[in-house]
Amino acid sequence: MNIHEYQAKALFEKYGVPVPRGAAARSQAEFATALAQLPEGPTMVKSQIHAGGRGKGTFTNGFKGGVKFCQDKVAALAMAGNMLGQTLVTAQTGPAGRRVQTVYFTVASDIKKEYYLAILLDRASSRPVIVASTEGGVEIEKVAHETPEKITKVRVDPAYGLADFQVRDLIAALGLTGAEAKNAAKLIRNLYTCFWETDAAMVEVNPLITTPAGEVLALDAKVSFDDNALFRHPEITALRDLNEEDPKEIEASKYALSYIALDGNIACLVNGAGLAMSTMDIIKHFGGTPANFLDVGGGASKDQVIAAFKIILGDPNVKGILVNIFGGIMDCNVIAQGIVEAVREVGLKLPLVVRLEGNNVEAGKATLAASGLTLVSGDTMADAAQKIVRLVA
Amino acid sequence: MAILITPTTKILIQGITGEFGARHTRLSLDYGTQVVAGVTPGKGGQHFEHQGHRVPIFNSVAEAARATGATVSAIFVPPPFAGDAILEAVDADLDLAVAITEGIPIRDMIRVKRAMQGRRTRLVGPNCPGLVTPGTGPGSKGGCRIGIAPGYIHRPGRVGVVSRSGTLTDEAVFQLTSKGLGQSTCVGIGGDPVNGTSHLDVIKLFNADPETHGIIMIGEIGGSAEVEAARWVREHCRKPVAGFIAGATAPAGRRMGHAGAVIGGHEDTAAAKIAIFRECGIEVAATPSDMADALLRSAAARGIKLS
Repeated sequence: MNIHEYQAKALFEKYGVPVPRGAAARSQAEFATALAQLPEGPTMVKSQIHAGGRGKGTFTNGFKGGVKFCQDKVAALAMAGNMLGQTLVTAQTGPAGRRVQTVYFTVASDIKKEYYLAILLDRASSRPVIVASTEGGVEIEKVAHETPEKITKVRVDPAYGLADFQVRDLIAALGLTGAEAKNAAKLIRNLYTCFWETDAAMVEVNPLITTPAGEVLALDAKVSFDDNALFRHPEITALRDLNEEDPKEIEASKYALSYIALDGNIACLVNGAGLAMSTMDIIKHFGGTPANFLDVGGGASKDQVIAAFKIILGDPNVKGILVNIFGGIMDCNVIAQGIVEAVREVGLKLPLVVRLEGNNVEAGKATLAASGLTLVSGDTMADAAQKIVRLVA
Repeated sequence: MAILITPTTKILIQGITGEFGARHTRLSLDYGTQVVAGVTPGKGGQHFEHQGHRVPIFNSVAEAARATGATVSAIFVPPPFAGDAILEAVDADLDLAVAITEGIPIRDMIRVKRAMQGRRTRLVGPNCPGLVTPGTGPGSKGGCRIGIAPGYIHRPGRVGVVSRSGTLTDEAVFQLTSKGLGQSTCVGIGGDPVNGTSHLDVIKLFNADPETHGIIMIGEIGGSAEVEAARWVREHCRKPVAGFIAGATAPAGRRMGHAGAVIGGHEDTAAAKIAIFRECGIEVAATPSDMADALLRSAAARGIKLS
């Protein structure tokens, strides 16, 4: 689960990670109250959406820049009006963009130098890894590719926690001394505690900055959490912003379906995550484009299949449907009954190819055949994928 | 021969009285697997009954192992308690703990994996379908089925299968069986980013197993486990290996059902992994329908018989 920058910074403050003073506003009426909490002087205005590249983004009304520097609070108030309620398109949002529902005002800090700091899981060692770089405010992927020697990684032993010598190593790699070193050490420790205690999947500070006054601040904050651990963090679950999620994905999660919308025109309905991914792949392999990832899970029920059909058909781009079920344990006939009922209920007009295999498959195929529905049966995944690609072309 | 488990392996089920655990215990008993004990804290002394089977239930893993000689545990405990269940199996010094549970917090698994260092127990999973060593009875009955795989699609034979995905394993096994190729052991290592046994661990076991003549390795986007295994295959494995990587069409940064299947760096995309497979002499299945055929091609090229 992702949260907004202003929420992440509130969390940072709770853990003693210093951030520039800021205040969020959700309506024009709240702008003045929010700004009143900040001192006079240069102010940043930041669109709050769950996507990166905001500064370089463009609003659909033509206004450029989702993050703006303003000389004073009066200018900031006017600037916020350009952003709130508008749709921001960035390199990460896709062409549809995201509607800005919250604007965040912060004090514009004096920047001495920018750094990069993140904590995430290192899969190879099964340990948290702290990643730091002297190159901040730029894309870390680019740094990793072009100047990997400027990136330092420290893996933390979960049995001991972050050790003093590791913090010293990080400080040395960033080239910090004196008051900056002391402040950065405290920030790194507190950020690690925040990562660990909240079951974060990743915390990223880009840039981390030093100021002429010797302060070290998290100028930006990107935090995501392990969905599997949300059950023990009700205060974090409460930060979920449904406006940032695809309504079809929210609907799917109500039926324990795992759905992700893509931009193709062949919808798929599959059991199992690996099989669902490779069903998308095989559609592409035979020249089609998948409209979604949809895993109905290991024990799909009739209701789930019906819900899945409705969600798939909510996507106007869909021109055909491929159902691929390997029912090792689940009863293929139950799935077949679900398909028949769903097709009748939604009055399906689009081509439908069904590949059923596994437990009680003969009964399942008989149910489909006896239904009188116009659907095409596929013998193997390859056969089914080729058929739906042909029907949609 | 097989790897990790044989038809005589005695297993216990942690979470035997839960709906999920009970259902798959019944299927394993039907398959002929030696399920000798169940563990549910607070229900010690009761029995799990199914069609003439009467499996004793114990309060702890240590007690169950001591009383019955079970050496392997299948874990069906709900996610908040599953990390603790794995540690209990480790503390009892079992040979193997197979964690079926999906949805264990990553932080719990980081701690569990650290706590397992230096212990004798091997972990398979979590979030995995488990293992099957097929038996010689009808529908491969009489084999050892640990977890949630459909036993009946297997046949005893000489192909080893290792995979992160449950239904893709079923797909591969079904193709093999349809072509008359049986399996030595099928191992589902699970889709989580922090797990126990890796692709490489299983490939090493298959390579050392004289009864396994060919290997199918099924992977996904995310992480570098398949790449690590592929590089080892190039240096050390003389058996034919076929590979498939799911997720060529997955958009970067999105979680595709499995928590581990998020594309991060440049070497964990499907295209990068497939290219490395090829460099390492692994026959790549172009589509998931091609997995058994890919292995047959690789075996034919080396003059090795798989059946």
